[in-house]
Amino acid sequence: MAGASEKKILKPLKNFPMEEYINSGHRACQGCAEVLAVRHVLKAIGPDMILAMATGCMEIISSPYPLTSWNVPWIHVAFENAAAVASGVESGLKALRRKGRIPDKEITVLAMGGDGGTTDIGFQALSGMMERGQKVIYVCVDNEAYMNTGIQRSSSTPFGASTTTSPAGKVHPAGQMTWKKDMTAIAAAHGIPYTATACPSFYTDLIKKVQKAKEANGPAYLHILSVCPTGWRIPPEKAIQYGQLAVDTGVFPLYEVENGVWKLSRKAKALKPVTDYFKGQGRYRHLDEKLTAFIQEKVNERWERLLKLCGVELQTEDQA
Amino acid sequence: MTKPMDHITWQEIEPGGVISEPGNASSYHTGTWRSQRPVYDVDKCIRCWRCFIMCPDAAISPDYENNRMVWNFDYCKGCGICAFECPVDAIEMQEEGE
Amino acid sequence: MGRKVGIEVSIAAADAAALCDVDVVAAYPITPQTHVVEHLAELVASGHLDAEFVPVESEHSAMSVCCGSVAVGARTFTATAAQGLALMAEIVYIAGSMRLPLVMFLSNRALSGPLSIWNDHSDAMMVRDCGWIQVFCEDGQEVFDAIIHAFRVGEDPQVSLPVMVNVDGFVLTHVIEPIEYWTKEMVQKYLPPFQPVSRLTPEKPVSMGAFGMPEIYLEQKMAHNVALLNSRPIIEKGWTELAELTGRKYSAVETYKVDDAETIILGMGTICSTSSLAVDKMRAEGKKVGLVKLRLWRPLPSDDLRRVLAKAKDVVVLDRAICPGGGNAPVTSEIRAIMYTEPERPRIHCMIAGIGQRDVTPDDVCAMVDMALSQSIKDYHIYGVRG
Repeated sequence: MAGASEKKILKPLKNFPMEEYINSGHRACQGCAEVLAVRHVLKAIGPDMILAMATGCMEIISSPYPLTSWNVPWIHVAFENAAAVASGVESGLKALRRKGRIPDKEITVLAMGGDGGTTDIGFQALSGMMERGQKVIYVCVDNEAYMNTGIQRSSSTPFGASTTTSPAGKVHPAGQMTWKKDMTAIAAAHGIPYTATACPSFYTDLIKKVQKAKEANGPAYLHILSVCPTGWRIPPEKAIQYGQLAVDTGVFPLYEVENGVWKLSRKAKALKPVTDYFKGQGRYRHLDEKLTAFIQEKVNERWERLLKLCGVELQTEDQA
Repeated sequence: MTKPMDHITWQEIEPGGVISEPGNASSYHTGTWRSQRPVYDVDKCIRCWRCFIMCPDAAISPDYENNRMVWNFDYCKGCGICAFECPVDAIEMQEEGE
Repeated sequence: MGRKVGIEVSIAAADAAALCDVDVVAAYPITPQTHVVEHLAELVASGHLDAEFVPVESEHSAMSVCCGSVAVGARTFTATAAQGLALMAEIVYIAGSMRLPLVMFLSNRALSGPLSIWNDHSDAMMVRDCGWIQVFCEDGQEVFDAIIHAFRVGEDPQVSLPVMVNVDGFVLTHVIEPIEYWTKEMVQKYLPPFQPVSRLTPEKPVSMGAFGMPEIYLEQKMAHNVALLNSRPIIEKGWTELAELTGRKYSAVETYKVDDAETIILGMGTICSTSSLAVDKMRAEGKKVGLVKLRLWRPLPSDDLRRVLAKAKDVVVLDRAICPGGGNAPVTSEIRAIMYTEPERPRIHCMIAGIGQRDVTPDDVCAMVDMALSQSIKDYHIYGVRG
């Protein structure tokens, strides 16, 4: 038994910083994996950062004046302009550093917005920031709808999800009738040095990617799937599990595009069926077999396209 | 200590509504939201840190001296992620007040 | 003393900003603002100005970039007009409430629609309540001086507010005028380095832009309002010291032949030059007419205005914005409001003129004064409209 108890000694965690940059006391819903993603991202960057945040869940849960959850310098201006505010922060620091008005020390500039603040209303500002080559890490914490205002659809809401503005009904049996906007590929098309998808369920991968983004010589874009128990209508304790299922079913594959080179983040194993992921999510409850089959087909198609972009062959069971 | 917002006069507002005390929202205790509470079995725990890593509220921390994890019930909202994610079922959710 | 040069006002305005050693310029091109930012881009590209020029993809982002750069303590300048201001309006209000002291050159232009690139004040009036310091300029020298004064006042830690310098599009931005440049030494003497009240830095993390619940929003608005009202003495001090350096004395309310005037014309910007000629003409005809030039639009110098206007029998306000469906026009409504509580008050006539750069000559001003005095215009009159 001596061996077993020795194994059970609590040893400091490696590669997962202990410092908290978003304090307890924030008002995120129970089981919010978006605030967990934020917690992980900030840990990966460390204290020398400035964070510009879009209006949205993460802003509203953290900053009812005179209280703030942030232990890092933080600025919120509006919904659609986190990328532009971050551009100003970056340009300001650059000028002041060059003119010797502030110490010549690297400060990571981070911009953050939800899927609405990124793929819809903040799209233009983000594109401008990336096109101008501003050295900013832009993180989209994607919970796949406007959750802060009450679960309205965005262009990042996946096909088949029912939201309050894409409700499933006789005329629109699928709910959301459009495919999720491929924001990561759009970001990559700007030719920026680093783009990746991530999910806090795979936190080591996420942290590694944030650190790569930090080292990138120019703009970096991270698209983080952030499970929202409230909006997806799942029990809060299953937030991490649904993130895993999104990845394992190929609904949300993890990959990175580094200097134009596409790379799958995990082994290209056979995908689990999408029904494994849909099951138990209230937003997909209305889907019938036909719609599910349609989605499965499309997920397969996109997965194959991604594998091709990444230049990998699907590993069969025996190969794995 | 920050005053409650409905006690602050306009003269006390920092210019531009800046908050100069970092992280002061920790004065707000989200633990009152909890309807279920995690109960930790130190003997079952394999010290893998998964509960700490996956807690959205940063309400779990290590206690090296006593070789265990501890929950801060001022903040734990009782979401149950720690219990669900624990690989050895060392955490169990129980109704509050039981 | 600086040298005097004949130069386009827009170029001089850019040179004034450059003399202030701005750190960041973020702007999107829009007529008639373009010459200002083109010249700044040129100064940066040629190494004459050490600054970051951020060629943003919209005015909304221009103002957002400005917010970010001021927040880290960088001296920041932008310029726009009409539609550009409309697009950035959301952030203009936020920059005010966040007390971020950037300086904006606004080449006043009519708001669409229909589309018009020409001059009036409808753009400025749209953001009347944004909580910035707002000044109007009559000539190129005023523009040059106003920009340096704007940085000095806005960045003063007691003020910490953005400043809008209003310059009539085309009729002022695009004209060549003799302007006395400040020397670098003069600017350095007048304008201390920018030390923001708070700044974003990892050394001392602060949160900016927290939201206001119903329990606190009102107090935040009040604090902002008082800050704007309290900027007045700092604005005056800035003008006093500017006079010591340059010999040019500015004030919030400037007057021309008002001492014995029974009728006072009131305007903002270039229409005052036209009006002063009209005053001379009417004086020559024996009419007791004077002129009030309102330079400081926000904070409104109510007491100065009351003191000057109370003595007159009639005040003719030349408003350069239409207020569709409204009671009168923006400047008139303020003048009527502040005079309402006076025991003795003049009749206040509202003349809307110079809309979309419809020409206003000294004769037009005389005609408007005659109309105001001879006809009973109740709410307002739109001068010069056909039909």
